[in-house]
Amino acid sequence: MTATVTPSATAPVAPDRGHIKFVWIMRSEWTKLRTVRSTYWTLLVTMIAFIGISAGICAAAAYGNPRGGPDLIDPTSLSLAGVGFAQLALGVLGVLVITSEYSTGMIRATFSAVPFRAGVLAAKVTVFGAVSFAVSLVAAFISFFVGQAILAGNVPTAALGEPGVVRAVVGAALYLAVIGLLALGLGTLIRHTAGAIAVFVGLLLVIPLVTIALPQSWRDVLDKALPSSAGGSVFAVQTRAHFLGPWAGFGVLCAWAAAALVLAAVITARRDA
Amino acid sequence: MIEAQHLTKRYGKTLAVDDLSFEVRPGTVTGFLGPNGAGKSTTMRMIMGLDAPDNGSATVNGKAYSQLGRPMFEVGALLEARAIHGGRSAYNHLLCLAQTNGIRPARVAEVLDLVGLSEVCKRRAGGFSMGMGQRLGIATALLGDPPTLLFDEPGNGLDPEGIRWIRQLLQALAAEGRTVFVSSHVMSEMAITAEQLIVIGRGQLIADTTVADFVRRSSGGYTRVRTPDAERLRDLLGRGNASAEVEADGSLAVTGIEIAALGELAAREGIVLHELSPQAASLEEAFMELTRDSVEFRGGGPGEGSAIGPGEGSAIGPGEGSAIGPEGAQTLQSSTGA
Repeated sequence: MTATVTPSATAPVAPDRGHIKFVWIMRSEWTKLRTVRSTYWTLLVTMIAFIGISAGICAAAAYGNPRGGPDLIDPTSLSLAGVGFAQLALGVLGVLVITSEYSTGMIRATFSAVPFRAGVLAAKVTVFGAVSFAVSLVAAFISFFVGQAILAGNVPTAALGEPGVVRAVVGAALYLAVIGLLALGLGTLIRHTAGAIAVFVGLLLVIPLVTIALPQSWRDVLDKALPSSAGGSVFAVQTRAHFLGPWAGFGVLCAWAAAALVLAAVITARRDA
Repeated sequence: MIEAQHLTKRYGKTLAVDDLSFEVRPGTVTGFLGPNGAGKSTTMRMIMGLDAPDNGSATVNGKAYSQLGRPMFEVGALLEARAIHGGRSAYNHLLCLAQTNGIRPARVAEVLDLVGLSEVCKRRAGGFSMGMGQRLGIATALLGDPPTLLFDEPGNGLDPEGIRWIRQLLQALAAEGRTVFVSSHVMSEMAITAEQLIVIGRGQLIADTTVADFVRRSSGGYTRVRTPDAERLRDLLGRGNASAEVEADGSLAVTGIEIAALGELAAREGIVLHELSPQAASLEEAFMELTRDSVEFRGGGPGEGSAIGPGEGSAIGPGEGSAIGPEGAQTLQSSTGA
């Protein structure tokens, strides 16, 4: 009568162990990140560079003789000025997260364990992105308060309640985290530590320096297009002429990181490990 | 079970693996032999889904590598020794790989114990010797307790004690019904480790057979006979197709007659034998003979060196031809390394 088939208890069933879960790959990447010393060193240097250089620049502004007078000072930006140096240390870690696997040959064990290579890259993005954002956020708030304390009494200061200030402090951490992901993307594309760091530094520091020699009309375009100058708007309170607004500029930076990572995922899936 | 069908891999102009088809069956150790640069490592990387073949396919347990849901439970591999971040401990190295496949951390301790690295597992792997690196690689392969295992030159860098340990481990794994596929360019080691053999040269299949058959089929085998009646036996053998040479020690080296037939002949004729023993050609000799044409460069060929390409298909460099001599050759060591 009944059309349903009850599976027999003795029927041979191939052991189906299912598939790899994304959270497992993330757990693995977290283990990888926390079990090498370079992670701690680069994150420590990131924090020291961020807070220390910001404090130094605030001291120079407070006790030196700033050009243009006190009304041109953006006290929030001054207290976050160390970002420019912190990004180099964090970028090195972003590169190492992937190139250390290529240089040691570990990548073949990783891709044997997880044949879906884009999943590995996505897990690295998630874990490293979260860690670098958390560390940068702590550094940004410390840097802000230390900087304001140094500025206090000599030049105008900023408070978190003022418009745009919290956005700038959190924005500095967002900026650093996305810069780190851009470095991760470059590292995945280039696969060699030194080469990837060279390209990273070139893109963030050398090219913006070269633009100074270019005509103003070209600079207007490049300031809106380059990752560091466009992304820099997100941690500036005062709007800067010829630059994009905070979120539009941050969007440009995100587009750079996303482009590098998507290209890296596509190429990594195709080429021999 | 590993199956390769028409596997082909090209690096630039070099054909590293050329239309290679074979099967590796469970329950025995299968040796994967070939001179350095023959394409062994490339083939193993293609099986493991790391390198994409230009043509053909490889499957593990009937599935393409990319189709394996949790690969570490299906196949484990030691592809290169010391593919480890030097700053990470052996424990953490295994832990991060185990986590990808949802393998419980307790298993990490088990495999560390199995390969004898428990005591050093918290130390940074950068200080490991080559042998410890090999053991860690083997531990990685065993994490998922997989039915299929690949080992690329597992004896490299191991002391004799370590080599014996590997041999016993491989044989034990095969005895449990697993598929064990081991590459090597050391013939003598394969002779006592493997039962099945897949021999390649210049990326092409040269032989797919058993170790015993591989040696038997090659010429150079003979039967040694000691008898006080050597003259009469020689005469008798000379009447058939067989022939007997008198060796320096007075024994006879007999060819052209099966050993059983030789013994029966002696019994029939009432010839007393003091020794009747099969003298197989060594695996080395059999291998040399078979791969003679597939070794790309041999010593003493000036001018050939200019043809050396950068790819691994041409990794047999000049000057190592001396190692491919007929006597005493233990390895086909390449000057460019493994």
